[in-house]
Amino acid sequence: MIGVRLYLLQRITALIMVPLVLGHIAVMIYAVQNGLSAVEILGRTKGSILWALFYGSFAVAVALHSAIGLRAIAYETFGLTRGTLGVLTVAIFTALGTMGLTAVYAVTAI
Amino acid sequence: MKGHRKHALWFAFALHRASGLLLALFLPVHFWVLSYALNDAATLDGFLRWTDYTAVKIAEFGLVFLLAVHMFGGLRLMALEWLPWSHRQKTYAASAVAVSFCLSTMFFLSAV
Amino acid sequence: MTETLAVSVWRGAAEGVFETHEVPAQESQTVLDLVAWIQQNADPTLAYRYACRVGMCGSCAMMVNGVPRWTCRTHISKVATSGKVEVAPLRNLPIIKDLAVDMDPFFDKWTKAEGMFAPSTSRDAPIDTGVDPASSARIAADEAIECINCAICYAACDVVSANPEYLGPAALNRTWSLVNDVRDGRLDERLTAVSGPGGCHNCHSQQGCVTHCPNELNPTASIAGLKRATTMAALKGRIL
Repeated sequence: MIGVRLYLLQRITALIMVPLVLGHIAVMIYAVQNGLSAVEILGRTKGSILWALFYGSFAVAVALHSAIGLRAIAYETFGLTRGTLGVLTVAIFTALGTMGLTAVYAVTAI
Repeated sequence: MKGHRKHALWFAFALHRASGLLLALFLPVHFWVLSYALNDAATLDGFLRWTDYTAVKIAEFGLVFLLAVHMFGGLRLMALEWLPWSHRQKTYAASAVAVSFCLSTMFFLSAV
Repeated sequence: MTETLAVSVWRGAAEGVFETHEVPAQESQTVLDLVAWIQQNADPTLAYRYACRVGMCGSCAMMVNGVPRWTCRTHISKVATSGKVEVAPLRNLPIIKDLAVDMDPFFDKWTKAEGMFAPSTSRDAPIDTGVDPASSARIAADEAIECINCAICYAACDVVSANPEYLGPAALNRTWSLVNDVRDGRLDERLTAVSGPGGCHNCHSQQGCVTHCPNELNPTASIAGLKRATTMAALKGRIL
């Protein structure tokens, strides 16, 4: 239940996230070595514009990508109408985007 | 398992769908925990202490695998759609799983 | 090989049961031979469809042990497990009776996908023989053009079962062959027709169509071609 625009948005967000995911995995492997602690993580991220941009764009892209993916799953599993799917897609995007940007703000704001 | 689905690329699809769904369900929890960093670092540290448990480390290994396999599997799909056709679809799908397993194992070995 | 084969055939429509018949085994026997034997010797009321018996007409596709196959070219030795085989009507299509399905939804979607050639010149125009056999468009059309409309890909596709509007691999493959036809005059209409809620973008590249196509065609590659063509057309503002 997607057309060319949602298809394109899904693929563009996927491409944007390729380097972000690789970076995220690299950071995780590096950061987890001596156990995770708030001091260590926040020491790296607080006040950093680069980390804010990195995770900020990640949060927006993943919110769009998840909303479109879950829309397809919801339609193919439950057969919702197009109107309901539209509401669902926007709701998932808004909720995930808000939560994601809140989290990015929390770990990067001084 | 129905007969028409018994082929490697259907399993690759199922893995891509399952990993995407599970990652999307994990995201709100991930974001919610991190949002404690703003003014309640003690609570965040409380959550992070959970990662000392082996069971949680194994779950993290699973999450890293899901993330990697969704990304590499997705790269295979975009290559299929946008590059000249390759007859090595099964090889690419298997490679995506193998590389993801290696990456998540690297993570697990760093974590323990 | 055992002397008889236990052949279970679907009886009924959406509601029905499998009936098992003991059919004498023979050398080089096809699944269609078994079904024909049952209808001719055991139960004349069994409904099924076939025409050419040589893999050209695309009439005799059925589910054999849960896999869509052309029954006239499927040797029973390839599919029988310990002397048993289950034959059911094609998946994803309404059953008329027993092993015969209603092909209307399948062909209606060819129409919806703009699967008809639309000449760009009139019959009075001078005959143009300018299709270069070596051009990439002609080669792409060549690969898509050998479809026999058997609906095996349609039965194999899980997107078809999940999304009632999805046009399906065969119709989209047909559209791709026309998109690559330089004589065709309805390119943008065709690309619009395959960009709706049931269009090419809903394909998940599961490749059941590629796996099961008896003519070894590649509808997934054709659908990928449509995804590229529609995306480029949309970015240039030609469609939608």
